[in-house]
Amino acid sequence: MAIGLGHYLTVAAALFTIGIFGIFLNRKNVIIILMSIELILLSVNINLVAFSAFLGDLSGQVFALLVLTVAAAEAAIGLAILVVYFRNRGTIAVEDVNIMKG
Amino acid sequence: MILATVAFYVFATVLIVAALLVVSARNPVHSVLFLILAFFNAAALFVLLGAEFLAMVLVVVYVGAVAVLFLFVVMMLDIDFTELRQGFLNYAPLGMAIAAVFFGELAIIGSAWVFSPGLTVAHPTPAGVTNTEALGRILYTNYVHVFQGAGMVLLVAMIGAIVLTLRHREGVKRQSASAQVGRRRAEAVELRKVRPGEGL
Repeated sequence: MAIGLGHYLTVAAALFTIGIFGIFLNRKNVIIILMSIELILLSVNINLVAFSAFLGDLSGQVFALLVLTVAAAEAAIGLAILVVYFRNRGTIAVEDVNIMKG
Repeated sequence: MILATVAFYVFATVLIVAALLVVSARNPVHSVLFLILAFFNAAALFVLLGAEFLAMVLVVVYVGAVAVLFLFVVMMLDIDFTELRQGFLNYAPLGMAIAAVFFGELAIIGSAWVFSPGLTVAHPTPAGVTNTEALGRILYTNYVHVFQGAGMVLLVAMIGAIVLTLRHREGVKRQSASAQVGRRRAEAVELRKVRPGEGL
């Protein structure tokens, strides 16, 4: 049986769902939440590349490259914020992030 | 053909299992290592799809930079991870329910969509050139402004990360080049008569 577009879309959908599940499962641990976001962006990339390959259109791969760039920038900024937050509070529990609440 | 099919199923299965272990591993260091495994398998899927350049970029950028950054932060911060895992199982049913709803919706969309009949291919894959060359041809011509925008995003992220994490601590001895250059003999050297057996 040949592998079609549907197979790749299924893998990407499963990966996306696992990413969403990971965000809910690790409500307190920001590091795992950031990793889950990376998984979600990876599933988006798989979708873009699969459509690009099966349509014979290269623009999908260009946009996958841009998603990759944004994912790298987001990871860098997210981890920098995490380091600053840990310096100030001594913990990374997300549930404590409400000190600006009036 | 059969080899490609088997390869797809192997890579896809390992990718899904590694992703599941990323979100459920007890130790965050293991999570990062499973994330690296997931990225490698995604890169293998890209190779199967004929996107060799993106596969290599995925390995270089994600495994070489992002995952190492995660590993660095996990190991640098002294965090009590057992405390962070409290309530882990309380959130699991809610997370599973929402994930099931999401996957169900994606399945509904996946079973019903079709390509538009008037679909035009913007940049057809040229025959006879490698994936990297074909991608470079349209990236530096049709998408050059988007490409420079991506570079700008990376520049802003770099400056932002440095500004956020840089700190000037008080009481740290630093070298002051102007003070070193500006000092003269009169204020640096002092001659004293020392009597034997007394000291200064």
